[in-house]
Amino acid sequence: MASGPEPSAARVLPCGDTALLVELSTTLAAAGLAGRIADLQTDGWAPWDGVIDVVTGERTVLVVAQHPRAVAALRPLLLDLACTPTVSDSAEGVRVGLAHLVEIPVVYAGADLLLVAAHTGLSVAQVIAAHTGTEWKVGFTGFAPGFAYLIGGDPRLVVPRRAEPRPRVTAGSVALAGPYSGVYPTESPGGWQLIGHTDLPLWDLQRDPPAVLRPGMRVRFRDAGGTS
Amino acid sequence: MIRGLEVLATGPLALVEDRGRPGYAAVGVGRSGAADRAAYLLAGRLLGEPVGRAAVEVTLGGLVVQARGSFTIVVTGAPAPAMIDGRPVGHAAPVHLPDGATLALGMPPTGLRSYLAVRGGIDLEPVLGSRSSDTLSGIGPAPVAVGQVLPIGQPGPGGPTLDVAPVGAPEGGTVELTLLPGPRLAWLADPRALTTASWTVSGHSDRVGMRLAGSPVRRARRWADAELPSEGVVLGGVQVPADGQPIVFLADHPVTGGYPVVAVLRTADVDRAAQCRPGQSVRLRWAVTPPDPEQPGAPGGMWLSDTLQSLPQPAPQLGASPN
Repeated sequence: MASGPEPSAARVLPCGDTALLVELSTTLAAAGLAGRIADLQTDGWAPWDGVIDVVTGERTVLVVAQHPRAVAALRPLLLDLACTPTVSDSAEGVRVGLAHLVEIPVVYAGADLLLVAAHTGLSVAQVIAAHTGTEWKVGFTGFAPGFAYLIGGDPRLVVPRRAEPRPRVTAGSVALAGPYSGVYPTESPGGWQLIGHTDLPLWDLQRDPPAVLRPGMRVRFRDAGGTS
Repeated sequence: MIRGLEVLATGPLALVEDRGRPGYAAVGVGRSGAADRAAYLLAGRLLGEPVGRAAVEVTLGGLVVQARGSFTIVVTGAPAPAMIDGRPVGHAAPVHLPDGATLALGMPPTGLRSYLAVRGGIDLEPVLGSRSSDTLSGIGPAPVAVGQVLPIGQPGPGGPTLDVAPVGAPEGGTVELTLLPGPRLAWLADPRALTTASWTVSGHSDRVGMRLAGSPVRRARRWADAELPSEGVVLGGVQVPADGQPIVFLADHPVTGGYPVVAVLRTADVDRAAQCRPGQSVRLRWAVTPPDPEQPGAPGGMWLSDTLQSLPQPAPQLGASPN
Protein backbone atom coordinates (compact mmCIF):
# COMPACT_ATOMS: atom_id res chain seq x y z
CA MET A 1 0.00 0.00 0.00
CA ALA A 2 1.70 3.12 -1.19
CA SER A 3 0.16 5.53 1.28
CA GLY A 4 0.57 3.51 4.49
CA PRO A 5 3.60 3.44 6.77
CA GLU A 6 6.41 1.28 5.46
CA PRO A 7 9.63 0.24 7.08
CA SER A 8 12.15 2.63 5.62
CA ALA A 9 15.84 2.62 5.04
CA ALA A 10 17.44 5.30 7.16
CA ARG A 11 21.03 6.17 7.96
CA VAL A 12 22.54 8.33 10.67
CA LEU A 13 25.54 10.17 9.23
CA PRO A 14 28.31 11.83 11.27
CA CYS A 15 28.38 15.62 11.28
CA GLY A 16 31.26 16.74 13.49
CA ASP A 17 31.23 16.43 17.27
CA THR A 18 27.88 18.10 18.04
CA ALA A 19 25.49 17.02 15.29
CA LEU A 20 24.06 14.07 13.38
CA LEU A 21 22.39 14.01 9.98
CA VAL A 22 19.59 11.47 9.58
CA GLU A 23 18.97 10.50 5.97
CA LEU A 24 15.56 9.04 5.08
CA SER A 25 14.01 7.69 1.92
CA THR A 26 11.21 10.24 1.49
CA THR A 27 10.32 13.85 2.30
CA LEU A 28 7.30 12.64 4.26
CA ALA A 29 9.47 10.40 6.43
CA ALA A 30 11.85 13.31 7.12
CA ALA A 31 8.97 15.60 8.08
CA GLY A 32 7.51 12.90 10.30
CA LEU A 33 10.80 12.32 12.10
CA ALA A 34 11.25 16.06 12.64
CA GLY A 35 7.76 16.23 14.15
CA ARG A 36 8.46 13.40 16.58
CA ILE A 37 11.80 14.95 17.60
CA ALA A 38 9.94 18.21 18.30
CA ASP A 39 7.54 16.32 20.59
CA LEU A 40 10.43 14.68 22.44
CA GLN A 41 12.12 18.08 22.83
CA THR A 42 8.89 19.43 24.33
CA ASP A 43 8.81 16.55 26.82
CA GLY A 44 12.31 17.64 27.80
CA TRP A 45 13.89 14.34 28.84
CA ALA A 46 17.57 13.55 28.31
CA PRO A 47 19.13 13.37 25.80
CA TRP A 48 16.48 15.36 23.88
CA ASP A 49 16.86 18.32 26.25
CA GLY A 50 20.38 18.68 24.84
CA VAL A 51 19.11 19.26 21.28
CA ILE A 52 19.28 22.93 20.27
CA ASP A 53 18.34 22.88 16.58
CA VAL A 54 16.52 20.53 14.22
CA VAL A 55 16.66 21.29 10.48
CA THR A 56 14.47 19.32 8.11
CA GLY A 57 15.74 18.97 4.54
CA GLU A 58 14.21 17.36 1.50
CA ARG A 59 15.15 13.90 2.75
CA THR A 60 17.22 14.60 5.85
CA VAL A 61 16.90 15.78 9.42
CA LEU A 62 19.88 17.55 10.98
CA VAL A 63 19.98 17.33 14.76
CA VAL A 64 22.34 19.76 16.49
CA ALA A 65 23.17 19.19 20.17
CA GLN A 66 24.57 21.55 22.75
CA HIS A 67 27.40 19.21 23.75
CA PRO A 68 29.31 16.37 22.09
CA ARG A 69 28.24 13.95 24.86
CA ALA A 70 24.58 14.21 23.81
CA VAL A 71 25.49 13.02 20.30
CA ALA A 72 26.50 9.53 21.40
CA ALA A 73 23.22 9.10 23.29
CA LEU A 74 21.12 10.49 20.44
CA ARG A 75 22.57 8.32 17.72
CA PRO A 76 20.87 4.96 18.52
CA LEU A 77 17.61 6.72 19.44
CA LEU A 78 17.51 8.58 16.13
CA LEU A 79 18.22 5.44 14.13
CA ASP A 80 15.41 3.66 15.97
CA LEU A 81 12.95 6.52 15.42
CA ALA A 82 13.90 6.85 11.76
CA CYS A 83 13.41 3.16 11.07
CA THR A 84 9.95 2.96 12.67
CA PRO A 85 7.70 5.36 10.78
CA THR A 86 4.25 6.08 12.14
CA VAL A 87 1.00 6.77 10.33
CA SER A 88 1.61 10.51 10.54
CA ASP A 89 4.65 10.11 8.25
CA SER A 90 2.55 8.72 5.44
CA ALA A 91 0.34 10.37 2.87
CA GLU A 92 -2.53 8.77 4.80
CA GLY A 93 -1.41 10.68 7.88
CA VAL A 94 -1.63 13.93 5.98
CA ARG A 95 -5.25 13.22 5.17
CA VAL A 96 -6.36 12.00 8.59
CA GLY A 97 -4.66 15.02 10.07
CA LEU A 98 -2.56 14.64 13.17
CA ALA A 99 -1.15 18.11 13.49
CA HIS A 100 -2.18 21.75 13.68
CA LEU A 101 -4.07 23.00 10.58
CA VAL A 102 -3.39 26.42 9.04
CA GLU A 103 -5.91 27.78 6.54
CA ILE A 104 -4.52 30.17 3.93
CA PRO A 105 -6.99 32.34 1.98
CA VAL A 106 -5.77 32.89 -1.58
CA VAL A 107 -6.76 35.21 -4.40
CA TYR A 108 -6.01 33.01 -7.40
CA ALA A 109 -4.76 35.54 -9.94
CA GLY A 110 -1.04 34.77 -10.12
CA ALA A 111 1.02 35.74 -13.15
CA ASP A 112 1.68 32.09 -14.05
CA LEU A 113 -1.83 30.71 -13.45
CA LEU A 114 -2.56 30.29 -17.18
CA LEU A 115 0.85 28.70 -17.77
CA VAL A 116 0.22 26.24 -14.96
CA ALA A 117 -3.18 25.42 -16.45
CA ALA A 118 -1.61 24.88 -19.87
CA HIS A 119 1.19 22.73 -18.46
CA THR A 120 -1.10 20.52 -16.38
CA GLY A 121 -3.84 20.28 -19.00
CA LEU A 122 -6.35 21.54 -16.45
CA SER A 123 -8.62 24.55 -16.67
CA VAL A 124 -7.88 27.47 -14.33
CA ALA A 125 -10.91 26.44 -12.26
CA GLN A 126 -9.55 22.91 -12.04
CA VAL A 127 -6.11 24.17 -10.96
CA ILE A 128 -7.75 26.16 -8.16
CA ALA A 129 -9.93 23.20 -7.21
CA ALA A 130 -6.88 20.92 -7.12
CA HIS A 131 -4.83 23.38 -5.05
CA THR A 132 -7.63 23.88 -2.51
CA GLY A 133 -8.97 20.34 -2.70
CA THR A 134 -6.28 18.50 -0.76
CA GLU A 135 -4.52 19.17 2.48
CA TRP A 136 -0.83 19.98 2.23
CA LYS A 137 1.80 19.38 4.87
CA VAL A 138 4.91 21.37 5.71
CA GLY A 139 7.68 19.02 4.57
CA PHE A 140 10.72 21.15 5.25
CA THR A 141 11.91 24.73 5.30
CA GLY A 142 14.78 26.56 3.69
CA PHE A 143 15.66 29.00 0.90
CA ALA A 144 14.64 32.00 3.01
CA PRO A 145 13.58 32.49 6.64
CA GLY A 146 9.99 31.27 6.97
CA PHE A 147 9.82 29.60 3.55
CA ALA A 148 8.04 26.23 3.86
CA TYR A 149 8.04 23.52 1.21
CA LEU A 150 4.50 22.09 1.24
CA ILE A 151 4.11 18.46 0.22
CA GLY A 152 1.35 15.95 -0.27
CA GLY A 153 -0.72 18.01 -2.71
CA ASP A 154 -2.68 16.92 -5.78
CA PRO A 155 -0.18 15.09 -8.05
CA ARG A 156 -1.68 16.76 -11.15
CA LEU A 157 -0.14 20.06 -9.98
CA VAL A 158 3.49 19.02 -10.54
CA VAL A 159 5.04 21.77 -12.71
CA PRO A 160 8.63 22.78 -13.53
CA ARG A 161 10.27 25.92 -12.20
CA ARG A 162 10.30 28.93 -14.49
CA ALA A 163 13.25 28.91 -16.89
CA GLU A 164 14.09 32.48 -15.85
CA PRO A 165 13.64 33.25 -12.15
CA ARG A 166 11.98 36.59 -11.37
CA PRO A 167 14.31 39.07 -9.66
CA ARG A 168 11.47 40.11 -7.37
CA VAL A 169 8.51 38.14 -6.04
CA THR A 170 6.21 39.91 -3.59
CA ALA A 171 5.59 38.63 -0.07
CA GLY A 172 2.46 36.48 0.08
CA SER A 173 2.87 35.06 -3.45
CA VAL A 174 1.48 31.51 -3.61
CA ALA A 175 3.50 29.32 -5.94
CA LEU A 176 4.13 25.85 -7.35
CA ALA A 177 7.30 24.01 -8.43
CA GLY A 178 8.07 20.32 -8.73
CA PRO A 179 5.82 18.43 -6.32
CA TYR A 180 5.79 21.43 -3.94
CA SER A 181 3.66 24.44 -3.17
CA GLY A 182 4.88 27.39 -1.13
CA VAL A 183 4.15 30.95 -0.06
CA TYR A 184 6.94 33.54 -0.32
CA PRO A 185 7.14 34.88 3.27
CA THR A 186 9.05 38.02 2.34
CA GLU A 187 9.91 39.75 -0.92
CA SER A 188 12.73 37.90 -2.66
CA PRO A 189 13.90 36.64 -6.04
CA GLY A 190 11.91 33.60 -7.11
CA GLY A 191 11.68 30.96 -9.81
CA TRP A 192 8.46 29.19 -8.88
CA GLN A 193 5.21 29.45 -10.85
CA LEU A 194 3.01 32.09 -9.23
CA ILE A 195 -0.66 31.13 -9.02
CA GLY A 196 -2.06 33.48 -6.40
CA HIS A 197 -1.56 35.76 -3.45
CA THR A 198 -2.47 35.67 0.24
CA ASP A 199 -2.70 38.52 2.73
CA LEU A 200 -2.10 36.15 5.62
CA PRO A 201 1.23 37.25 7.15
CA LEU A 202 3.44 34.16 7.33
CA TRP A 203 6.58 35.80 8.72
CA ASP A 204 6.80 38.33 11.54
CA LEU A 205 9.99 38.90 13.51
CA GLN A 206 7.97 40.45 16.35
CA ARG A 207 6.27 37.09 16.86
CA ASP A 208 7.84 34.01 18.47
CA PRO A 209 8.10 31.75 16.59
CA PRO A 210 8.25 34.19 13.68
CA ALA A 211 7.07 31.65 11.08
CA VAL A 212 3.46 30.51 10.88
CA LEU A 213 4.39 27.36 8.92
CA ARG A 214 6.64 24.86 10.69
CA PRO A 215 7.60 21.29 9.73
CA GLY A 216 4.83 18.77 10.27
CA MET A 217 1.98 21.31 10.17
CA ARG A 218 -1.05 20.81 7.90
CA VAL A 219 -2.08 23.50 5.45
CA ARG A 220 -5.28 24.03 3.50
CA PHE A 221 -5.62 26.73 0.83
CA ARG A 222 -9.02 28.43 0.47
CA ASP A 223 -10.23 30.31 -2.60
CA ALA A 224 -10.83 33.83 -1.30
CA GLY A 225 -12.35 34.88 -4.64
CA GLY A 226 -11.47 38.07 -6.48
CA THR A 227 -8.89 38.57 -9.17
CA SER A 228 -6.61 41.28 -7.80
CA MET B 1 21.03 62.27 26.94
CA ILE B 2 21.41 58.59 26.08
CA ARG B 3 23.97 56.80 28.21
CA GLY B 4 26.13 55.14 25.64
CA LEU B 5 29.02 55.15 23.24
CA GLU B 6 28.98 57.63 20.38
CA VAL B 7 30.57 56.10 17.31
CA LEU B 8 33.25 58.33 15.69
CA ALA B 9 34.71 55.66 13.35
CA THR B 10 33.89 52.01 12.67
CA GLY B 11 36.90 50.52 10.90
CA PRO B 12 36.16 48.00 8.11
CA LEU B 13 33.20 46.40 9.93
CA ALA B 14 31.76 46.66 13.42
CA LEU B 15 28.70 44.62 14.43
CA VAL B 16 26.71 44.13 17.59
CA GLU B 17 26.81 40.46 18.58
CA ASP B 18 25.85 38.23 21.48
CA ARG B 19 25.26 34.49 21.81
CA GLY B 20 22.93 34.52 18.82
CA ARG B 21 19.61 32.79 18.17
CA PRO B 22 19.85 29.06 18.83
CA GLY B 23 16.62 27.15 18.27
CA TYR B 24 15.28 29.00 15.22
CA ALA B 25 16.98 26.97 12.49
CA ALA B 26 13.74 25.01 11.93
CA VAL B 27 12.13 28.20 10.61
CA GLY B 28 15.17 29.21 8.59
CA VAL B 29 16.84 31.64 11.00
CA GLY B 30 20.50 30.88 11.64
CA ARG B 31 22.22 31.13 14.99
CA SER B 32 24.57 34.02 14.14
CA GLY B 33 26.20 35.58 17.24
CA ALA B 34 29.85 36.30 17.99
CA ALA B 35 32.14 34.61 15.45
CA ASP B 36 34.79 33.89 18.13
CA ARG B 37 32.49 32.75 20.89
CA ALA B 38 35.25 32.06 23.42
CA ALA B 39 36.61 35.62 23.10
CA TYR B 40 33.10 37.08 23.42
CA LEU B 41 32.29 34.97 26.49
CA LEU B 42 35.63 35.86 28.07
CA ALA B 43 34.78 39.55 27.76
CA GLY B 44 31.54 39.04 29.66
CA ARG B 45 33.24 37.02 32.37
CA LEU B 46 35.98 39.62 32.81
CA LEU B 47 33.34 42.29 33.38
CA GLY B 48 31.47 40.10 35.88
CA GLU B 49 28.41 40.32 33.67
CA PRO B 50 25.52 37.90 33.30
CA VAL B 51 26.05 35.73 30.21
CA GLY B 52 24.42 37.00 27.04
CA ARG B 53 24.97 40.77 27.11
CA ALA B 54 25.74 42.16 23.66
CA ALA B 55 29.22 43.40 22.68
CA VAL B 56 30.73 45.00 19.58
CA GLU B 57 32.60 42.67 17.21
CA VAL B 58 35.28 44.81 15.57
CA THR B 59 36.93 43.49 12.40
CA LEU B 60 40.59 44.54 11.96
CA GLY B 61 40.35 47.42 14.44
CA GLY B 62 39.50 50.99 13.50
CA LEU B 63 36.61 51.51 15.92
CA VAL B 64 36.62 54.87 17.73
CA VAL B 65 33.95 55.68 20.31
CA GLN B 66 33.38 58.51 22.77
CA ALA B 67 31.80 57.79 26.15
CA ARG B 68 28.53 59.47 27.12
CA GLY B 69 28.58 58.45 30.75
CA SER B 70 31.32 56.50 32.51
CA PHE B 71 31.74 52.81 31.89
CA THR B 72 33.83 49.75 32.58
CA ILE B 73 35.01 48.17 29.34
CA VAL B 74 37.22 45.35 28.12
CA VAL B 75 38.63 44.29 24.73
CA THR B 76 39.20 40.59 23.97
CA GLY B 77 39.84 38.46 20.88
CA ALA B 78 42.28 39.86 18.29
CA PRO B 79 44.62 42.10 20.34
CA ALA B 80 43.76 45.44 18.72
CA PRO B 81 45.92 48.02 20.51
CA ALA B 82 43.47 50.11 22.56
CA MET B 83 44.00 53.73 23.56
CA ILE B 84 41.87 55.85 25.89
CA ASP B 85 42.46 59.53 25.10
CA GLY B 86 45.76 58.51 23.49
CA ARG B 87 46.93 56.41 26.45
CA PRO B 88 47.48 52.66 25.78
CA VAL B 89 45.42 50.27 27.88
CA GLY B 90 45.79 46.51 28.35
CA HIS B 91 44.19 43.73 26.31
CA ALA B 92 41.74 41.36 28.03
CA ALA B 93 41.97 43.71 31.03
CA PRO B 94 38.88 45.57 32.30
CA VAL B 95 39.45 49.30 32.37
CA HIS B 96 37.49 52.43 33.29
CA LEU B 97 36.29 54.64 30.43
CA PRO B 98 35.48 58.07 31.91
CA ASP B 99 32.62 60.27 30.68
CA GLY B 100 33.72 62.12 27.55
CA ALA B 101 36.83 59.97 26.99
CA THR B 102 37.61 58.53 23.56
CA LEU B 103 38.46 54.85 23.05
CA ALA B 104 40.28 53.95 19.83
CA LEU B 105 41.15 50.46 18.61
CA GLY B 106 44.11 50.04 16.26
CA MET B 107 44.89 47.23 13.82
CA PRO B 108 45.57 43.97 15.67
CA PRO B 109 48.96 42.36 14.85
CA THR B 110 47.27 38.95 14.59
CA GLY B 111 43.69 37.75 14.42
CA LEU B 112 40.69 39.32 12.75
CA ARG B 113 37.95 40.02 15.28
CA SER B 114 38.12 41.89 18.57
CA TYR B 115 35.27 42.19 21.09
CA LEU B 116 34.55 45.45 22.88
CA ALA B 117 32.31 44.69 25.84
CA VAL B 118 30.85 47.25 28.21
CA ARG B 119 29.38 46.59 31.65
CA GLY B 120 25.62 46.80 31.11
CA GLY B 121 25.87 45.54 27.53
CA ILE B 122 24.92 47.17 24.23
CA ASP B 123 21.20 47.73 24.78
CA LEU B 124 19.68 47.74 21.28
CA GLU B 125 16.27 46.19 20.62
CA PRO B 126 16.56 42.38 20.56
CA VAL B 127 15.08 40.40 17.65
CA LEU B 128 14.00 36.83 18.49
CA GLY B 129 15.74 37.13 21.83
CA SER B 130 19.10 38.27 20.50
CA ARG B 131 20.91 41.50 19.63
CA SER B 132 23.14 39.77 17.07
CA SER B 133 23.53 41.14 13.54
CA ASP B 134 23.06 38.26 11.11
CA THR B 135 24.86 39.45 7.99
CA LEU B 136 23.31 36.71 5.82
CA SER B 137 19.61 37.22 6.64
CA GLY B 138 19.80 40.87 7.73
CA ILE B 139 18.05 40.00 11.01
CA GLY B 140 19.15 42.00 14.06
CA PRO B 141 20.81 45.41 14.42
CA ALA B 142 22.25 47.14 11.36
CA PRO B 143 26.06 47.36 11.24
CA VAL B 144 27.48 49.93 13.65
CA ALA B 145 27.60 53.31 11.88
CA VAL B 146 29.40 56.60 12.43
CA GLY B 147 27.25 59.06 14.37
CA GLN B 148 25.23 56.33 16.06
CA VAL B 149 25.06 56.23 19.85
CA LEU B 150 25.20 52.65 21.10
CA PRO B 151 23.00 52.65 24.21
CA ILE B 152 24.45 50.90 27.25
CA GLY B 153 22.18 49.01 29.65
CA GLN B 154 22.20 49.07 33.44
CA PRO B 155 25.09 47.05 34.86
CA GLY B 156 24.15 44.25 37.23
CA PRO B 157 25.59 43.91 40.74
CA GLY B 158 29.15 42.77 41.15
CA GLY B 159 31.85 43.70 38.69
CA PRO B 160 35.27 42.66 37.47
CA THR B 161 37.15 40.31 39.75
CA LEU B 162 40.25 39.87 37.59
CA ASP B 163 42.71 42.50 36.42
CA VAL B 164 43.69 40.64 33.30
CA ALA B 165 43.05 37.28 31.63
CA PRO B 166 46.27 35.54 30.57
CA VAL B 167 44.97 34.34 27.19
CA GLY B 168 47.05 33.86 24.07
CA ALA B 169 46.45 36.01 21.01
CA PRO B 170 45.11 34.38 17.83
CA GLU B 171 47.93 32.73 15.89
CA GLY B 172 49.79 34.44 13.09
CA GLY B 173 51.48 32.29 10.44
CA THR B 174 50.03 28.92 9.52
CA VAL B 175 46.95 27.84 11.46
CA GLU B 176 46.24 24.13 11.81
CA LEU B 177 42.59 23.14 12.08
CA THR B 178 41.28 19.67 12.93
CA LEU B 179 38.59 17.94 10.88
CA LEU B 180 36.00 15.37 11.86
CA PRO B 181 34.00 13.43 9.24
CA GLY B 182 31.06 15.26 7.69
CA PRO B 183 27.91 13.60 6.35
CA ARG B 184 29.05 13.71 2.70
CA LEU B 185 32.66 12.67 3.16
CA ALA B 186 32.13 9.87 0.65
CA TRP B 187 31.64 12.49 -2.08
CA LEU B 188 35.39 13.18 -2.03
CA ALA B 189 37.64 11.26 -4.40
CA ASP B 190 40.26 11.18 -1.64
CA PRO B 191 39.75 12.56 1.90
CA ARG B 192 43.51 13.22 2.08
CA ALA B 193 43.20 15.91 -0.58
CA LEU B 194 41.96 18.30 2.13
CA THR B 195 44.94 17.66 4.36
CA THR B 196 47.79 17.44 1.88
CA ALA B 197 47.01 20.79 0.26
CA SER B 198 48.20 24.11 1.65
CA TRP B 199 45.29 26.53 1.84
CA THR B 200 45.16 30.30 1.82
CA VAL B 201 42.31 32.23 3.43
CA SER B 202 40.58 34.05 0.57
CA GLY B 203 39.72 37.74 0.63
CA HIS B 204 36.12 36.76 0.00
CA SER B 205 35.83 35.28 3.47
CA ASP B 206 33.26 36.80 5.79
CA ARG B 207 31.07 35.87 8.77
CA VAL B 208 29.17 33.41 6.57
CA GLY B 209 32.25 31.37 5.86
CA MET B 210 36.01 31.26 5.62
CA ARG B 211 36.81 30.51 1.99
CA LEU B 212 39.95 28.52 1.33
CA ALA B 213 41.92 28.84 -1.89
CA GLY B 214 44.26 26.11 -3.07
CA SER B 215 44.52 23.01 -5.19
CA PRO B 216 40.87 22.06 -5.97
CA VAL B 217 39.41 19.08 -4.12
CA ARG B 218 37.96 16.54 -6.53
CA ARG B 219 34.72 14.64 -6.11
CA ALA B 220 34.53 10.88 -6.32
CA ARG B 221 33.60 9.85 -9.87
CA ARG B 222 30.23 8.40 -8.88
CA TRP B 223 29.19 11.71 -7.32
CA ALA B 224 30.80 13.95 -9.93
CA ASP B 225 27.56 15.19 -11.49
CA ALA B 226 25.21 14.43 -8.58
CA GLU B 227 22.95 17.11 -7.13
CA LEU B 228 22.54 17.12 -3.38
CA PRO B 229 18.99 17.88 -2.23
CA SER B 230 19.42 20.83 0.10
CA GLU B 231 20.02 19.77 3.70
CA GLY B 232 20.83 21.30 7.07
CA VAL B 233 24.43 22.44 7.58
CA VAL B 234 26.36 23.12 10.79
CA LEU B 235 28.75 25.69 12.20
CA GLY B 236 32.27 24.60 11.27
CA GLY B 237 30.98 22.53 8.36
CA VAL B 238 33.44 22.26 5.44
CA GLN B 239 31.42 22.52 2.25
CA VAL B 240 32.96 21.70 -1.11
CA PRO B 241 31.18 23.49 -3.98
CA ALA B 242 31.60 22.54 -7.62
CA ASP B 243 34.85 24.53 -7.95
CA GLY B 244 36.54 22.37 -5.30
CA GLN B 245 37.49 25.32 -3.08
CA PRO B 246 36.29 24.55 0.46
CA ILE B 247 34.17 26.93 2.55
CA VAL B 248 34.28 26.62 6.33
CA PHE B 249 30.95 27.78 7.77
CA LEU B 250 31.18 30.49 10.44
CA ALA B 251 28.57 32.23 12.63
CA ASP B 252 26.25 33.52 9.87
CA HIS B 253 26.26 30.32 7.79
CA PRO B 254 23.07 29.45 5.89
CA VAL B 255 20.69 27.05 7.63
CA THR B 256 20.64 24.70 4.64
CA GLY B 257 23.01 24.11 1.75
CA GLY B 258 23.01 22.30 -1.56
CA TYR B 259 26.70 21.35 -1.74
CA PRO B 260 28.21 18.42 0.14
CA VAL B 261 29.57 19.02 3.65
CA VAL B 262 32.49 16.60 3.66
CA ALA B 263 34.02 17.48 7.02
CA VAL B 264 33.29 19.52 10.12
CA LEU B 265 35.82 21.40 12.23
CA ARG B 266 36.23 20.21 15.78
CA THR B 267 34.04 22.62 17.81
CA ALA B 268 37.09 23.90 19.66
CA ASP B 269 38.65 25.01 16.36
CA VAL B 270 35.72 27.10 15.06
CA ASP B 271 36.75 30.15 17.09
CA ARG B 272 40.31 29.85 15.77
CA ALA B 273 39.01 29.67 12.20
CA ALA B 274 37.01 32.85 12.84
CA GLN B 275 40.27 34.64 13.67
CA CYS B 276 42.09 33.67 10.45
CA ARG B 277 42.86 36.68 8.27
CA PRO B 278 42.63 36.86 4.50
CA GLY B 279 46.00 35.77 3.09
CA GLN B 280 46.86 33.64 6.11
CA SER B 281 47.78 29.99 5.49
CA VAL B 282 45.73 27.14 6.85
CA ARG B 283 46.57 23.47 7.14
CA LEU B 284 43.79 20.98 7.73
CA ARG B 285 44.30 17.66 9.49
CA TRP B 286 41.95 14.77 10.10
CA ALA B 287 41.39 13.90 13.77
CA VAL B 288 42.12 10.30 12.80
CA THR B 289 44.28 9.09 9.91
CA PRO B 290 41.98 8.46 6.94
CA PRO B 291 42.23 5.21 5.03
CA ASP B 292 43.89 4.99 1.65
CA PRO B 293 41.08 4.76 -0.94
CA GLU B 294 43.41 2.62 -3.09
CA GLN B 295 43.52 0.03 -0.31
CA PRO B 296 40.02 -0.28 1.12
CA GLY B 297 41.07 -3.00 3.55
CA ALA B 298 43.86 -0.95 5.09
CA PRO B 299 43.71 -0.12 8.80
CA GLY B 300 42.41 3.27 9.88
CA GLY B 301 39.07 2.80 8.19
CA MET B 302 36.90 2.46 11.30
CA TRP B 303 36.17 6.18 11.51
CA LEU B 304 34.75 6.14 8.02
CA SER B 305 32.50 3.16 8.51
CA ASP B 306 29.37 5.21 9.24
CA THR B 307 29.82 7.22 6.11
CA LEU B 308 30.90 4.53 3.74
CA GLN B 309 28.53 1.75 4.70
CA SER B 310 25.65 1.06 2.34
CA LEU B 311 26.34 3.96 0.03
CA PRO B 312 23.13 4.98 -1.70
CA GLN B 313 22.96 5.83 -5.36
CA PRO B 314 23.41 9.52 -6.13
CA ALA B 315 20.12 11.27 -5.52
CA PRO B 316 18.17 12.55 -8.52
CA GLN B 317 17.59 16.26 -8.54
CA LEU B 318 14.30 16.94 -6.84
CA GLY B 319 12.50 20.23 -6.51
CA ALA B 320 14.52 23.14 -6.48
CA SER B 321 15.25 26.21 -4.56
CA PRO B 322 12.52 28.81 -5.10
CA ASN B 323 15.01 31.46 -6.12
